[in-house]
Amino acid sequence: MEKAIKKYFPIFALPTLLAFTIGFIIPFILGVYLSFCEFTTVTDAKFVGFKNYIRIWGDSTFIHSLWYTALFTIVSVLAINILAFAVAMLLTKGIKGTNLFRTVFFMPNLIGGIILGYIWQLILNGILAGMERTLTYSSAYGFWGLVILMCWQQVGYMMIIYIAGIQNIPGDLIEAAKIDGANNRQLLRHVTLPMVMPSITICSFLTLTNSFKLFDQNLALTAGEPSNKSEMLALNIFNTFYGRNGWEGVGQAKAVIFFILVALIAVVQLKATREKEVQA
Amino acid sequence: MIYLSIGNVTDNVTENDSDSWRFRCTVQWICLETRGYKRYSKRKEVFIMKKKLLSAVLSAAMLATMLTGCGGNDSSQTQAPAADTKTENNAETKTDDTKGDDAQANASAASGSGKVYYLNFKPEQAGDWEELAAKYTAETGVEVVVQTAASGTYESTLKSEMAKSEAPTLFQVNGPVGLATWKDYCYDLSGSEVYGQLKSDDFALKDGDEVKGIAYVVETYGIIYNADILNDYFAKDYAVVKSVEEINSFDNLKAVADSIQENADDLGVKGAFTSAGMDSSSDWRFKTHLANLPIYYEYQEDGIGSTDAIKGTYLENYKNIWDLYITDSVCAPSLLSSKTGEDATADFALGDAVFYQNGTWAYTDLSGNGMEDESLGMLPIYIGVEGEENQGLCTGSENYWCVNKNASPEDIQATLDFMNWCVTSHDGCDSLSYIMGFVCPFKAFDSYPAANPLVNIANDYVSSGKTSVAWTFTTMPSEEWKNGVGSALLEYAQGTGEWSAVETAFVDGWASEFAAANN
Repeated sequence: MEKAIKKYFPIFALPTLLAFTIGFIIPFILGVYLSFCEFTTVTDAKFVGFKNYIRIWGDSTFIHSLWYTALFTIVSVLAINILAFAVAMLLTKGIKGTNLFRTVFFMPNLIGGIILGYIWQLILNGILAGMERTLTYSSAYGFWGLVILMCWQQVGYMMIIYIAGIQNIPGDLIEAAKIDGANNRQLLRHVTLPMVMPSITICSFLTLTNSFKLFDQNLALTAGEPSNKSEMLALNIFNTFYGRNGWEGVGQAKAVIFFILVALIAVVQLKATREKEVQA
Repeated sequence: MIYLSIGNVTDNVTENDSDSWRFRCTVQWICLETRGYKRYSKRKEVFIMKKKLLSAVLSAAMLATMLTGCGGNDSSQTQAPAADTKTENNAETKTDDTKGDDAQANASAASGSGKVYYLNFKPEQAGDWEELAAKYTAETGVEVVVQTAASGTYESTLKSEMAKSEAPTLFQVNGPVGLATWKDYCYDLSGSEVYGQLKSDDFALKDGDEVKGIAYVVETYGIIYNADILNDYFAKDYAVVKSVEEINSFDNLKAVADSIQENADDLGVKGAFTSAGMDSSSDWRFKTHLANLPIYYEYQEDGIGSTDAIKGTYLENYKNIWDLYITDSVCAPSLLSSKTGEDATADFALGDAVFYQNGTWAYTDLSGNGMEDESLGMLPIYIGVEGEENQGLCTGSENYWCVNKNASPEDIQATLDFMNWCVTSHDGCDSLSYIMGFVCPFKAFDSYPAANPLVNIANDYVSSGKTSVAWTFTTMPSEEWKNGVGSALLEYAQGTGEWSAVETAFVDGWASEFAAANN
């Protein structure tokens, strides 16, 4: 079998490797190269060195969207994970209709971001119309609209991961704690939480990167209005690239910086939560 | 045992999968299963179970990849020839005589192997262009693909399309500023037949001696009004004027709008003006078209045609007309950020509003929504400048055809032929002037007088001696400048920003964007 797997390795891995090269590695290298170029279309680029990276700092929308994205990420990571964990706890207590609830909570995750964005735009604008306001009236509406939308979409998915984590906690551990006289809060704090740490690592990683890279929901819900004030980083990059003539290279440079940021945050977060994981 | 497992796997395959999948996965299964069984039959049963599980997972994975691979292939294959079959079908229905196919093949051979890809700017006429292209294909056998960018996304669509190997052969720029971006891609049209068809050199967009773009449609905008409601209003005793002719200055326009707004219920309307929507489908009416007037008058005063730094002499007038639009309106200013172009069209076509700032291109949308030709009228946009009684409508073009220099010579020739056909043949002229409702600055169109009533109104203004306002917005330094002004206008309207922000975006933004675009 071992030999067989080795023999079949190319058959199994090659298509994926090929797809990965065409779909990721080549565009990535091309993208980094283009960030040092000036161009109108990607096929006729002229090398200009670090000019694009310097021009980024002359664009106030980039700094704004950076802070806006950071704030959004913090709020949504906390909200999604706390809600998802709470729902997961509830749905592992064996209450009636558990399976139905799990399915219902998971469903929004199956809908695409753009559609979700438009659905919530309708709902929220409908509610705000009562106050003669719309989502794009100020960036605060857009911000909380996005938080609600992301919670609705992601809580179900994270819930499933947490449920798997909670169900994996050995029964004898909980039983032992109970015999030792631990109350519910102590049980949660000293048994459940340490034991689901791997789930927390995964979930916080997913929500963190998802929130930071958020694009379609942002585009569909507010499109960055008003005055680019509800524009997150990914949308800002897109708008710089496609919306401003002569700024294509700057958009590309922003994208490179964006990649470094996301990678950095993800590595730091993974390291931080991994350290807290325990073995039963 | 083996056969039992085969049964399991095939059961897992959904009913509608083709037999070949069953066969392939069965073969796959047998390979893995027999090998696993032979080598490990002497070991513990548990171990065999594990291997079985592994092979089951592997074959399931293979199945999944094969299925998705197949699905992907299918969709891409059906997508690609879709355009072909469409044009073929059209061609066949037109040339349904016995040698239809041969005739088509001959025609395409005669005109070379070139094809045309037109990236259309005007969503209002998207369907009309496709029909015209199909007619051309039926007549000549040359393939013409028409794509239309969604409202407000032309530049980004063009940018990504131009990077493709199948780039548009025919595209549009909106004037000198647009040309600055794309001039390296524009074929010199000076020797072309279609350039020879132009009525005047004024409609050519030149870069030095080279003709880079050709205006194919001349348009006019102003304040479209609903004549039925306005006539009702003139008959009322609270009317401040008694005929449209008397609305000849900003003060009169404001007086009329104010009194209509005041008596909206009596007139059965919701407001004097349609919603001044600042959604991207509508904000160009204000950040570009309305902003044209203060720029035009400043250019007039200074005797210039473009500038690197605007002074904003007439910004106060800009404020007055904007205030009028948002106060005497069908909706609260706080709702403007989400109001679309369709909303404004609906406001006007349903008779909820009397005035609607838009242009001749809006005719197809309005008549499509049930507006009668007789109820349409158009007023100049008065902003309170001295001598504006003689001001006419705003007339110009921001639609210039450009041919992609980087296309193959055959494609360039095919494109030039197509352009020429559009503006000389009967089908082309008929479609452009009657179906699309355009005014085209080409010689052949003298025998196709406009059917669009808004165009005729525009002509009446010219013949009665009013001075048309030129389209100076083609000299606006960049899209970013327009966006800056638009955002500031919206914030001012909502009450979340001050007018001074509009002034800053207008004056300072012009200087900085001009510098950025020309460094």
